[in-house]
Amino acid sequence: MNKTDWPLYEVFIRSRHGLSHKHVGSVHAADETMAMENARELYTRRNEGTSIWVVDSNAICASAPEQKDAMFTSPVEKIYRHPSFYQLPASVDKM
Amino acid sequence: MSDCYATQGHDSLNQYILHLADNPLVLGQRLCELCTHAPILEEETALMNTSLDLFGQARNWLDYAVARNPQLGDCDALAMGRDERHFLNLLLCEQGNGNFADTMARQYLFDVWHRLTLQALCLSQDSQIAAIAAKSIKEVDYHEQRSRNWVIRLGDGTQQSHDYMQSAINELWSYSDELFVQGDDELQLVAQGIAANQSSIEVQWRATVSQTMAEATLTLPTDCFQKFGGKQGEHSEPFGLMLAEMQSLYRAHPGAVW
Repeated sequence: MNKTDWPLYEVFIRSRHGLSHKHVGSVHAADETMAMENARELYTRRNEGTSIWVVDSNAICASAPEQKDAMFTSPVEKIYRHPSFYQLPASVDKM
Repeated sequence: MSDCYATQGHDSLNQYILHLADNPLVLGQRLCELCTHAPILEEETALMNTSLDLFGQARNWLDYAVARNPQLGDCDALAMGRDERHFLNLLLCEQGNGNFADTMARQYLFDVWHRLTLQALCLSQDSQIAAIAAKSIKEVDYHEQRSRNWVIRLGDGTQQSHDYMQSAINELWSYSDELFVQGDDELQLVAQGIAANQSSIEVQWRATVSQTMAEATLTLPTDCFQKFGGKQGEHSEPFGLMLAEMQSLYRAHPGAVW
């Protein structure tokens, strides 16, 4: 297998307990085991993580850029979906 | 072993500590030579991470040798100021990088020995040795996991990768018996509960390595000519070249800092 044939894996790191995994980048690897090792080497060497997920990039279903309008513009005008029409108690002011 | 060239100026415990330091120091330097030459970017980072882990461990051992005998100066003086005959590393650690299979086979054979030795040293009567071993072993556990995966991946891969890995194992097997040789001084430290007992480590090492070789569809060499001498300061010729490169900056500018 040529190294250019190696599939891409997306890497997700959970930095602390209680937080969710965050996408941090991607690695090339021949399989999941190697993807996990490579992710560990590249993305946790400065003590960034407590947990790693790797996912075959092909397994991710992404929204298409050309559908951006249909997907995302409609809520912009629907201001009533935001909880901005009533006074919040002072104790939750930062919400 | 007690009257060998390498022991001058060191008691037997310091000599043992230097042996523990020189293995990771020399292997770390070999791995360093691969910087910007690794087959892929991810592997590049992995190799350099391993190298840096090993330098960190070497530093801890050298600092301890200096703490026991301040006349030695500092850890830089020990790493960069000693001549070839004063290095007590295993011959396995100084072997050249060869191809990627050679590099990973060398790494795996050493990693298993390193982990077993550090495991034993965690129980050392010398509390500082036990502490350094306990600190190093987590890193070495991971090194072994990674190099083992590569031995299996290449051994049980394509015909070509299998052939490369098999010839790497055949070549490096000449340095396997030296892992377990202990001179009189070291055996005394074993009797005192300070040094690791290599005869029990040898049994575990052979069992572990055989299992991996079977999984990797590789054959263990038999009747292989065995080479010794690294632990007594007798090194192979390429080692001098490696050392010259490693020490050139320090020797040209002693005491330089950055």
